[in-house]
Amino acid sequence: MPVELVLAGLTKVFRGFRSAVVAVDHVDLEVEKGELVTLLGPSGCGKTTTLRLIGGFEVPTEGEIYLRGQRITHLPPQRRPTATVFQSYALFPHMTVFENVAFGLKVRRFPRAEIRRQVQEVLNLVGLTGLENRLPAKLSGGQQQRVALARVLVIKPQVLLFDEPLSNLDAKLRVETREHIRRIQKEVGITSLYVTHDQAEAMAISDRIVVMNQGRIQQVGFPQDVYLRPANPFVADFIGRANFLKARVVAQNATETEVELASGLRLRLPQRFSFASGEEVQMVVRPEAVDFCAPEEGHLQGQVVLAQLTGPSAHYRVALSSGEQVEVEVLGALEKGLLAPGTPVGLRLHLKSLHLLRA
Amino acid sequence: MANGDRLLRENGKGAAISRPLPVFFRSRTGQLLHDPVLLAIVLISFGLVGLFVVYPLARVFLVSLFPRGAFDPRYFLHLFEGRPYLVRPLLHSLTVATLVAVLGTVLGFLFAYAITRTDIPGKRVFRWAATLPLISPPFLLALSTLLLLGENGLITRWLFSRFGIRWSVYGLPGLVLTETLAYFPLAFFTLEGVLASIDPAQEESAMDLGASKLRTFLHVTLPLATPGLAAAFLLLFIRSLEDFGNPIVLQGRYPVLTVQAYLAITGMYNLPLGATLAILLLVPTVVAFLVLQLWVGRRSYITVTGRPTSAGLHTTEPLLKWPLFAALLLFSGIFFLFYGMIFYGAFTKLWGVNHAFTLENFHYVFSTGATYLLNTLQLAGIATPIGGLLGILLAYLVTRKSFPGRRLLDLLAMLNFAVPGLIVGMGYVFAFNTPPLLLTGTAIIIVLVFIFQRMPVAIRDGVAMLQQIDPAIDDAAADLGAGFFRTFRRVTLPLVAPALLAGMAYMFSACITSISAVIMVVLARWQLVTVALLHEVDNADLSQAAAYGVVIILIVLGAIFLMDFVIRKVLEGWKHAR
Repeated sequence: MPVELVLAGLTKVFRGFRSAVVAVDHVDLEVEKGELVTLLGPSGCGKTTTLRLIGGFEVPTEGEIYLRGQRITHLPPQRRPTATVFQSYALFPHMTVFENVAFGLKVRRFPRAEIRRQVQEVLNLVGLTGLENRLPAKLSGGQQQRVALARVLVIKPQVLLFDEPLSNLDAKLRVETREHIRRIQKEVGITSLYVTHDQAEAMAISDRIVVMNQGRIQQVGFPQDVYLRPANPFVADFIGRANFLKARVVAQNATETEVELASGLRLRLPQRFSFASGEEVQMVVRPEAVDFCAPEEGHLQGQVVLAQLTGPSAHYRVALSSGEQVEVEVLGALEKGLLAPGTPVGLRLHLKSLHLLRA
Repeated sequence: MANGDRLLRENGKGAAISRPLPVFFRSRTGQLLHDPVLLAIVLISFGLVGLFVVYPLARVFLVSLFPRGAFDPRYFLHLFEGRPYLVRPLLHSLTVATLVAVLGTVLGFLFAYAITRTDIPGKRVFRWAATLPLISPPFLLALSTLLLLGENGLITRWLFSRFGIRWSVYGLPGLVLTETLAYFPLAFFTLEGVLASIDPAQEESAMDLGASKLRTFLHVTLPLATPGLAAAFLLLFIRSLEDFGNPIVLQGRYPVLTVQAYLAITGMYNLPLGATLAILLLVPTVVAFLVLQLWVGRRSYITVTGRPTSAGLHTTEPLLKWPLFAALLLFSGIFFLFYGMIFYGAFTKLWGVNHAFTLENFHYVFSTGATYLLNTLQLAGIATPIGGLLGILLAYLVTRKSFPGRRLLDLLAMLNFAVPGLIVGMGYVFAFNTPPLLLTGTAIIIVLVFIFQRMPVAIRDGVAMLQQIDPAIDDAAADLGAGFFRTFRRVTLPLVAPALLAGMAYMFSACITSISAVIMVVLARWQLVTVALLHEVDNADLSQAAAYGVVIILIVLGAIFLMDFVIRKVLEGWKHAR
């Protein structure tokens, strides 16, 4: 697939009266045609600013934006072939659904009949037929969201920008709507950038995920990659949860890596990592990749210090004999019964899901 | 970053411009150059504000310091030598302003405290009484003062015939009395807002911890209201300093700066002296304004929370409540008496001489005075929509758009907020009396004064309106391809329409009742109704003046009610829209 959108060294510094904040710090990214790429990160990580730079609502301090090989860095929003679905939807409250969707076409001086036809078509696509004459205030949150989507789809932009489009919906509707957005995005085949802080949302709908923190890209990858092979501790802890255990690489070959933990225990991980023998590393242990077993069995021994029932699963904190603490997530807690704090336990690690990071 | 270089190289190839963008284009100016409409509007705005706000003001300084084209600060030297013709008006103005500010703030606090913190009856009537001076021409109260306490005043005559007492209301007592009544509502509304937003839980917790009511008031309520008190004081101080209508009627042998500056120019044709007096007036006004903005603004303890605090802590203590009630009743009575006098006076043959009922005065207003009335309505009618739209446009520009010099434009457009109206008018006379900008004596100059003197209020209102609208809505319109004008006309303007109409109603009233700024620029051919009123006072025909006053009040009330009606229709129309 050809590259559609390129961000090269994109940087945005907001200068205050006495201070300057680097909101976006040398961001490089290539987005292919038809791809849905998510910018994921905690609030203040620069993901929304990056999106606003692409939309033309901010001018970058440094770096360039290319769309199909054309530099658009300095163009005002109305001259860019991008279109944004805003977090607040930003529907025109004094216009009906039809007028909202027709706005972009009127600007482009389409003939009246053509406008009517295209608006009907796109309203049909998002499932809003019959609501043409409603004012936005008379629509449900989910319907407003779909008007916002229809309004940008109808002008056939080269790139769609989504700025946390689901944050104003309740949990159940969020899941429904994100599937709806993904289905339409694939159907239309439109290149999309999608900003969210919700990692589950990102995992569910993205072709690729860009994890950002403090204005910088931490990792770019397929959803399963950022989860299974996080590039650094931040990504490991942001995408799902992670325990970090100190370890040292002892030996490795093409298919296996042997590490030694603080307790002296040696583990053979069924993967090759790019570390030299003897190198100090951090071992990433997902809470859900640990099982309890009898105290004398398993890879690690410890004592339960905290036990909480969180619904379908139980959440534990276990103090290891090395002094380190490990979070453990156990499914089906109701059947198994909750372990009381103080209970000595053994931990068995799922060797396949362990990951190593530079210490 | 190596990756970034690669991306730059690969994508720069074949792109329209292959070199990296020069630094200049990265600035906001750069984006502006790609948005020619916005660029043009920014340039035009700077041009308008420069020509009609900054330039006239600069001319006042030039005339004062370069009387005959050469630097000659003689009047400032005279000031430091202590020449009375400069020192006296300055001291008088400051004295009046300080007294008015103190008395007005106390009175305002009394009203505000009684209304927000007690359960006295008749609050609505008291609020009405306090609203009257805000919507009528402030100097109407000077007329009332004459009707009651002047040479031929009702009270003066009664006291003389009964007790043989003679007095003169002209000078300091008349000025302080009239201006206090005219401007105390500003203190009242400021303090009402402050007291209403003090969380009663703070007072309740003080009492909960064992403090008496008096202690709570002295150590909690009053300190929390201090910034509000300071703001009210400064506001009244400024208003009194820049007042022209009341002193021109009442100053007598107690000359104040505004009137002396006016007389220096129109009576003595001594422009440098007039300009110097204007600068003497400008300095304390601007200082008070800056203190208000920078110091008081930062010391506000009021925390705005989403929770309603209007519940308030209402005292039912009869020892506190009834004396307050009596005081409010007294002052409201005075207000209704003062305004009632104008209505009464308007229907009498000749005040102080013949109090027989007549409609002659109104007949005169609608025959001989009709030209003045029509002039005023016409010029205010032209200035209002232009000023209102320009105000919202500038507000839109400075709050929603980003371009170099945005803060400067904001500051310059708001400049006249701190400049007394008389100085604005004086600047126009100095600035536009020679070709190519020869506007003196035309109606255009009056319209321009109306527009640019009211501009800061229009902008401030506009900013408040825009704050109610999600900025993303503007972004969305631009994103969908709409340029500056389409976004402004199709999206922003319809959304602010009701508030804009309300703002225009008040702007219209303000133009109708304005005197200090236009007094310098009116000429025989374009006489205004407020000026006609002053002439009648000057002719000692108080009944005739009162008739003008009644007509002005009715026009203002009419404009406000009409606008209110229209707005309600507009809003209803929206509600029922399909």
